[in-house]
Formats: sequence, C-alpha cells, structure tokens
Amino acid sequence: MLLKKPECECLNLPDRLATPETFYFPQSNPMSIPHLPALRKGRPYESLDKAQVKDHKSGEVCAEISQVNAGIVRKDLAKIGEARAALKKFTVEQLIEITAKAGELFLNGTLPLGDKGHTQSPQEYIATLSRTSGLPHVMVKRNMAKLHFALTNMKMILNGLTRGLDMSVIDRGFGTQSGCPVSYFPTTKSLGLVMPSNSPAVNSLWLPAIALKIPVVIKPGREEPWTPYRLIQAFIAAGAPPEAFGFYPTDHEGSGEVVKLSGRNLVFGDVAMAKMYEGNPSVQVHGPGWSKIIIGEDKIENWKDYLDVMVASISDNGGRSCINASAVIVPKYGKEIATALAERLGPVMPTTSDDENARLAGFANVKMADYIDGAIDNDLKTPGAEDVTAQFRNGPRKTEFQGGTFLRPTIIWCSDNKHPLANREFLCPYASVLEVPQGEVLSRIGYSLIVTAITQDEAFINDLLECGDIDRLNIGPISTMKISWDQPHEGNMFEFLYKRRSIDCA
Amino acid sequence: MTGLTESKSCVRAENGPADWQKGPDFRFRFVRPLYSPPPIQKTTTMTPEEAKAQLDNQVREIINWHFSPETGCPFWLDWAKKNFDPRGVVNSYEDIIAKFDHFQDEYLRDLQPEVWVPKAFEGKPFNIFETGGTTGMPKQRIGWNDFRVDYEEFSHKLADEHFPKGKSWIMVGPTGPRRLRLAVEHLANYRGSSCYFVDLDPRFVKKVISNKQFDVARQYMDHAVDQAVLLLKNRRISAIFTTPKLLEALAEKVDLYGVGIRGCFVGGTTMTPQYVRFIVEEVLEGKIGFYPTYGNTLMGLAASVPLTPEDNFSITYYAPQPRAVLRIVNPNATNETVDYDAWGRVELTTLTKEFFMPRFLERDEAMRRKPRAPYAWDGVADVRPFGAMEKTIVEGVY
Repeated sequence: MLLKKPECECLNLPDRLATPETFYFPQSNPMSIPHLPALRKGRPYESLDKAQVKDHKSGEVCAEISQVNAGIVRKDLAKIGEARAALKKFTVEQLIEITAKAGELFLNGTLPLGDKGHTQSPQEYIATLSRTSGLPHVMVKRNMAKLHFALTNMKMILNGLTRGLDMSVIDRGFGTQSGCPVSYFPTTKSLGLVMPSNSPAVNSLWLPAIALKIPVVIKPGREEPWTPYRLIQAFIAAGAPPEAFGFYPTDHEGSGEVVKLSGRNLVFGDVAMAKMYEGNPSVQVHGPGWSKIIIGEDKIENWKDYLDVMVASISDNGGRSCINASAVIVPKYGKEIATALAERLGPVMPTTSDDENARLAGFANVKMADYIDGAIDNDLKTPGAEDVTAQFRNGPRKTEFQGGTFLRPTIIWCSDNKHPLANREFLCPYASVLEVPQGEVLSRIGYSLIVTAITQDEAFINDLLECGDIDRLNIGPISTMKISWDQPHEGNMFEFLYKRRSIDCA
Repeated sequence: MTGLTESKSCVRAENGPADWQKGPDFRFRFVRPLYSPPPIQKTTTMTPEEAKAQLDNQVREIINWHFSPETGCPFWLDWAKKNFDPRGVVNSYEDIIAKFDHFQDEYLRDLQPEVWVPKAFEGKPFNIFETGGTTGMPKQRIGWNDFRVDYEEFSHKLADEHFPKGKSWIMVGPTGPRRLRLAVEHLANYRGSSCYFVDLDPRFVKKVISNKQFDVARQYMDHAVDQAVLLLKNRRISAIFTTPKLLEALAEKVDLYGVGIRGCFVGGTTMTPQYVRFIVEEVLEGKIGFYPTYGNTLMGLAASVPLTPEDNFSITYYAPQPRAVLRIVNPNATNETVDYDAWGRVELTTLTKEFFMPRFLERDEAMRRKPRAPYAWDGVADVRPFGAMEKTIVEGVY
C-alpha cells in the first residue's frame, strides 16, 4: 500500500460559507506573486531558496514559498523553550478565547498573506487553495467550516479531551478533579507537524495545542501551505504570541529534524512512514484509515435503505479522507450492492471548481493519479475482481477536465478479502465490496480507523465493541465521515501533550 | 601590474552583536550584511590580455616540459609517440582544447604512479595523493611541491584578523591519503602556526549512506565532531578548516567564537547561496571570517572572491591560473564553453611541471562567471555535483 488519506475531520457541520461574497474583500496587488516566508518562532524569514505553488490546471504560479534548510530547523528548535514561555504567559481560558477569535478571523477575516503586502480574504483563500490542491470550492468551504467549528468550540473539545478537567490545573500545574489531587506536566516543549496536502481540515488536529500552551512547529504540505499559514495569521491577529508558531517549508532532511527534535509529533503519511515511526512514543502517525462499512445479517435484506450512507461514506470530500469508507463488507448480495453503488457513483464527472455540486477533486500531482489508475488496472488482472463502475462510467477512470487530472469513482467487487484490491485505499472515491460471513468479519477486517456497523444484533454488537482493530465505531447507518470532536477517533491530543504525575504539597 | 588588495566575506567582530541578534526580522539581515574592510593582500591583478598571455606562456612551457625526453614523464612521452608531439603545435590554451581529448580518470586509476614522474624529478621521492570520497581504486596524483605553491599563494588571501599568525589551527575532515591534509598543515606552518587534526574518512561515510545506514553515518560524524569539540574546548585554537556540514555540526555543540575561532576556511561539498547565507549569518553568527574554497587533489585550490550584497550569497571561485584552468562546458558538446551565468560541466586543465592534465571533466557542474578583480579570468559559481538537478547525489558530510 503506497497511498494514503491522511486526514481526519468532522462532517455534520453547518455550511457557514454558502455566500462568501457577502464579505468584504480588499484586493491584493495583482501585479506581484505572494511570497510566504518561513516563520521562525513567528518571525518571517525570506529564504534564497523558494518553491513555487502552482495552479493544478494551468501551471500558473500562485505563490512562492521560502524553503529553509535543516540547520535552521535545528537552530530554532534548540531554543523552542522561548516559544513555550510566550504561551505560558496566558491562561488556558485566555487562549481558548483567542482561539475562538482566531476561528472567526479564519472564517471571515482578511488576513496577511506573506511578507510582500498581500492580504487574503476568505474567498481568495478558497479560490487559491482550490487552484493548487484540486479541491473544488465547495469542499474547501466545508473544510473551512470544520476548522472554524474546532476553533470556536475549543472549550468543548478540551472538555472532551480532558474528561472535564478544570483548565486552571494546566495553568497552575496541579489542582483537583472530582475531589482528587491531580497534576499534569507537558510531555514536550513543542508539537512537530509534518502536514499533508490532501485536505485542509487535517489542521484541526493541532489546534488544541495552542490552548494547551504547546507551540507548533509546522512543516506544511508542498501544495497546501495556505491553510496552516492562514490559521497562524488568524491566531496572531487574535492575540496569540507569534513566537508560538513555527512554519518551516523544508526538504526531507528538514522534516526529519522537525520530528527528531520535537518531543511530540503528528506525522501524515503512508504505510512506510507508519512503519518508520512504529513504537516511537513521540510520533503519532496518521496514515491510511482503511475505514469500512459492515452490514449485519439482520439488516442485509434492507441494504437498499443504506445506499445513501454508503455513497456518502465513500465519496464525500472527494474520497480524500482516511475516514472515507474504502470497503463495504456484507454477508450476501455483494454483487448487487456493488452494482447499485456503481450506478450511483460511476456517472460522477469532474466539474468546474466553483460548481456547488462538485464531487471530485483534481490531482495537483498528476503522477499520483497515474499511479493510482495504473495500480487498480494492474490488480484487476488478478482473477476475482471486477471494476463494476466501468459499465456506468462511459469513459476511462483517469480523465482530464479543463486542464486538470481527475480520477472518477471506482467500485470494485471482490470475490474474497484476499484479493489485492479488497483492502486498499486510494486518494479518490474508491471502495471494494465483498462478501464475508458475519462470523468471520471481525477476524478478517484488520486495522480500521472507522467502522460503521449496520446491525442491531446484540451479539454482533458485543463482538464489535470487543474488537481491538477498530478505532471509532458507529453502530447504525451513520456515515464514516461523521466524527465527534470531543471523542477523538485517533489519539487524544491532551494525553499526547500532557502526562499526569502524582503530587503532594506540604 | 599593480599591487592591489583583496577582501573576503566576513563580519567584523568589533561590530558588537551580530545583526541577527538585533533585528526584529530575519529579512533585514540580508539587506544589511556586515562585511570586513579589504585586508591587505599580496595578490596582484592584471588585465585579461595579460592573463591570457601568461596562460599561453605557461601552456608552451608545460608542453615543452612534459613532452621533452630530457624533462618529460613516461606517460606523456609514450602518448606523443602514439598520437603527436605537441611541442610547437600547441601554443595556447585554445590549442589544448582543440588538440587534446578529455583526460581519462582511468589513467590515474589503472597506471602505476611512476609513469607520471617527470625526468627532471627522477630519484626524488614523491607524495602519493588520492582523490576524495570515491569507493574502489582511487585516482592518484603524485607531487612534490605543488601543494606548497598553491597554499602559500592562498595564504596571502587570508586576513590576519581571521587567521592570526602564530595561532593554532584545527583541521576537521578528510586526512588520510589526501593532499589536503599536508596542504592545510603547510598553510598553517607558512603562517607561523601549528595545526591539530581530526580525521573523517569520506569513503566510509559514502558507503554507509549508500547502504542507507544513516544512523551509522550520524554516529561517525558525531564521533569526529566530539573529538573536535574536545580540542576546541581545551586548546587555544583560532582557525579552522572543515567541511560545511561538519562546521554546522560543530557550531551546534560549541560556541565557535566563544572558544576562540576567528577564521574558517571550508571546502568539500555543495553550498547553495541559501546555505552560504545560513553559514555566514547563523553558524558563524557574523563574527567569524568565512573563506569558501573549491578544489581537489588534481587542481589545487580555487579561492573565492569576497561576497558583496549583490552576490546574494552566490560564491564564485577562481582557479589558480596559470597553474590550473577551469572552463564551464556544454555537457553535450564539450568543445563549447557556455555563456556567462549559464550552467555547464566543470572542465579542469592542470599545467604544472609536476603534473600535466588536459581537459579533465570533473564530476561537478557550475555557473560560468565573468572575471572579477583581482582575477582576470573566468570564475565558476555555485558548484554542485554534475546532474544534481536530475538525480540524488551522495555527498554525506564531506
């Protein structure tokens, strides 16, 4: 498995960006290209080495990004304690307020874009991110709304992460919870982040760190510097200390130094990366999710009722998330379900990026699309699998539209779970459908970030609850894309950044 | 010819805190760099015409030397029998380009070193120098005194404030069979100084990096750095020669200025302008004189011209003409010299009585630069491994 959908996010949020035109949008100088400097503990640094971020369709340069060498990362992280000290001057309560204010600014504000006098309105953010990442506007808006929700509901999120801890305990270092003395200390002076480019909402994962007084050291994704940069600017404009933010576009060596020198890290990557950091307590790897929908024997006769949930789970957000379902496992009717899904998803075509009904995201990295398309075709040569969408697609899987490259939805019927396409995950709407007897499902699914189990069979539900391979479990017809902010589905940021210690005071 | 001065890029210690420590914004450091006044140098300058005449004169002298039975070496005398006698035919550097094919590095790998001994040097023991970080049979060049000539000339490009006469040096880098080790010690001695040494075997580093044993490479580098730090902390040392990567690693463990380092002379690996800037501003913190060089066992030492703000930290090196000539050629048609400020492959011609090597294609590429005082010949800038933009090159710490 080479590819990944390293993202985690929440749907079911109000689409607050339905009419972004209502906001005030001052214009940047159209004659110059924005330049995003590195931010070294908040201070802008213009490097002599710059990378260009380009429109995924036209190749037009949208911005230049300063690239720093690994030595700069090392030098700054050697003194990262200064950044933590800057955050410690605030109470958690104050930082929660700042975070909420940052949420409003992120969603509605016009914020600085780089160091050449450019600014960025919400609409410009949406348009530019869409141009470089391939995400249609509608998906950028949804991602933006998720980030806004996380920022403006930080109190609720921290309450969930800490199970109701009085946040003054973090300010003082000790206190009481439910009448018991408690003390927490930070496990790190900074949170390192090696970010992906596939979906902006992944940035929601690091947002609690600021309120928890842990500075962030961000290595942005190559095609998606926009979201972390805008979030940082929103935080600073809201009153957060600039020193708390590191923004280091860098190379492979530099990314390695971020991870090596930060006491705690979130890293987004593929299976190889997950293996590299296996057993490393300072690194939380967000790799492939292999999320699944399982229909129980008790509900299989009604499978048509769940088609909407299945389609949404497979294809929302362009199928780019680790929480998108990549397999549907049923006790019977596999071929019929695959055909019904294919009938719904097969005709989906690329549309203009500003189409409110757009369902596919373009590929900024065309080689990735080539690889995925080739990998699926190659594995279809192994007997026991069929691309059921082919008959409804009326054209190839990989297609070009207005100069951009897209992969159209692909539903593969597999004869059994040993087939190479049965448990794969790709950066597009992709799912396998296979029949497995209910009694064998849980011993065969392997690691699954999200499982939506459509069943009311108590014995089966009990088995699901006992299953250690599942991170988040939805019981009933709930989209795999639904996540609860106060119940982390993959790691608890508070427990990652703080440890409890025993304490007594005389 | 007029005696002129030459300055080097460096930052004056007497300026107090480095600029980066004062400014609120890193960007300002680039537009207001501090440079030292030009130290008094013995280097002379000449017009391009004078330099050309000097080079052509050297060509004639060296051709006569190596191809005359009374003075020449077995290799070139034998070559003349099989090809042609260049004496009287090759009278200029252009003639070398026109009449000689590229020197093959196999000559230096496969043949016994004795074939390179000029008749005039017969009976005099020679040094056998090997090239840097290759695996397998290395290229070998023999020599007697060339390295002393090269480095004595280089000494006159060093400012006393950065390399105080009589104060100790340290070399942290490839010693072993390399010319560099003797050359650096001679340079220190020539300036009345002694030199400490910490070895680093680049062949081992390349091998472990190629094998993806990054931890081993790191441990070995740490091993070298730790030894150097120990010496720096316990001995009065004011000048250092090392590679840029080792310099960076040393600065992470010790305050170089604080332990007494005032001048730093580096060579060995690619340095992009951004990396040079990082070294000048943040590793040396604007307080230590920085002298980048480009060279190898076959050429000698090409010094760099002082950086000016207009250079944007792009370093240009000038070969020690007329003893060695660097030309930037079209890699697909190596008889063509590329235009100024264009990239091409580095071609080296060495012209000394100890060694004649016409048109050797280095494994480097660089940008051709115009002559710049005090040098009246072309320079080579931003040197990097040949094909660096197309493939990954193992350079390691060397």
